[in-house]
Amino acid sequence: MLKNRIIPCLDVKNGRVVKGINFVDLQDAGDPVEQAKIYSDGGADEICFLDITASNENRDTIYDVVEKTSKKCFVPLTVGGGVRSVDDINKLLNCGADKVSINTAAVQNSEVVVESSKKFGSQCIVVAIDAKKNDDKWEIFTHGGRNNTGIDAIEFASKMESSGAGELLVTSMDRDGTQVGYDTELMYKISSKVNIPVIASGGVGNLDHLVDGIKLGNASAVLAASIFHYGKYSVKEAKEYLDSKGIPVRI
Amino acid sequence: MNVTIVDYNSGNISSVINSFKEVAKDKVNIEVTSDINKIKSSDKVVLPGQGSFKSCVDALTSINGLVDTLNDFAINNKKPLLGICVGLQMFADVGFEETETKGLGWISGKVSKIDNQNGKYKLPHIGWNQINIVKDSKIFKGIENNSHMYFVHSYEFVPEDKNLISATTEYSSNIVCSVEKENIFGTQFHPEKSDKTGLKIIDNFISI
Repeated sequence: MLKNRIIPCLDVKNGRVVKGINFVDLQDAGDPVEQAKIYSDGGADEICFLDITASNENRDTIYDVVEKTSKKCFVPLTVGGGVRSVDDINKLLNCGADKVSINTAAVQNSEVVVESSKKFGSQCIVVAIDAKKNDDKWEIFTHGGRNNTGIDAIEFASKMESSGAGELLVTSMDRDGTQVGYDTELMYKISSKVNIPVIASGGVGNLDHLVDGIKLGNASAVLAASIFHYGKYSVKEAKEYLDSKGIPVRI
Repeated sequence: MNVTIVDYNSGNISSVINSFKEVAKDKVNIEVTSDINKIKSSDKVVLPGQGSFKSCVDALTSINGLVDTLNDFAINNKKPLLGICVGLQMFADVGFEETETKGLGWISGKVSKIDNQNGKYKLPHIGWNQINIVKDSKIFKGIENNSHMYFVHSYEFVPEDKNLISATTEYSSNIVCSVEKENIFGTQFHPEKSDKTGLKIIDNFISI
């Protein structure tokens, strides 16, 4: 039976982890490679890096991080943030990323998704959808949530599926950082609209939220950052909890 | 000993390279090449493959002499070869992804889209699934039945001779996920991304 996946996400800025786990035995708490290794040893089904490096001159730092991580972690590695072109995707894959997530570039020009999925295969193309509720619909935001495009998120999800995306990483901008739980209504609407897997993101504050993402949101995988970063829960605890709620997980 | 990972522009093979180097350490030399002379002289060959069946077959045939060299290696000289994902699928006579495309024809059978029961199941089949080992295989030595492996695919290879199936996995149907025919091994899942159990499979292949 296919298992639901738990994906810890690490925010990386200038090659360093922002908001890292504070483990006493960590030699370097800001080292993304070391943190990713802790997650994969702890049973993470995949690892996600979100590169939030703002300045262009430091953008190459992520390649070095990906290269080092892929030599130590033998679970799938997804990298996103600032991915603009087919060339960027190629570089990340060559460094050892297994999947690349595309956000703003996919909204601005869906050809990037079409072209890259043809060139590298849909299996490595994840489209990240950042959406915010506006009356009775959800609208797509780009540039790390700063720009409202007015594009309907559910229609866009469908368009990305037909453009060749292998998975959708759906983040509710209303919930992101709030710790009040995923927007399960949004997750469910998108998941029932498309035939590709949906990864739920944005808003996890406790383990019940992960359960809701799967049970109510119909997500194939659940992504979380801060509950793992701050050591509130380990990946192992999260999996055991999901298992106790009857959700199939890899233990 | 030399193990060659065939680099034929089949998409992203960094993870395959990293995992084999991790397992091989200093004991085994891992080559990454499409040089047919190096392939000929190696002891074992790994045939990875990502993207579509057609794109992989096209990439393979576009390198002069590569298909003949692989045929010699695996069929005539019967040296150990491991196909991963589309690398396994290409063992078939024919594949139907994008358009009907001829495969290597090493194991009779077809590669067709997984039946998702009218959208009841998501495709690609992505994530960790358990394998049901149905036959003793050298690459499964020390691997417990129902171990989890990482999958990502929408197509499956169904060999005509069911006795060649070494493992299956349960999704929308019972999917073939590993085959073995004498010296030829193949996994639909990605041992290179399947954590310690996956690395054990790679170690088993290297140790054959």
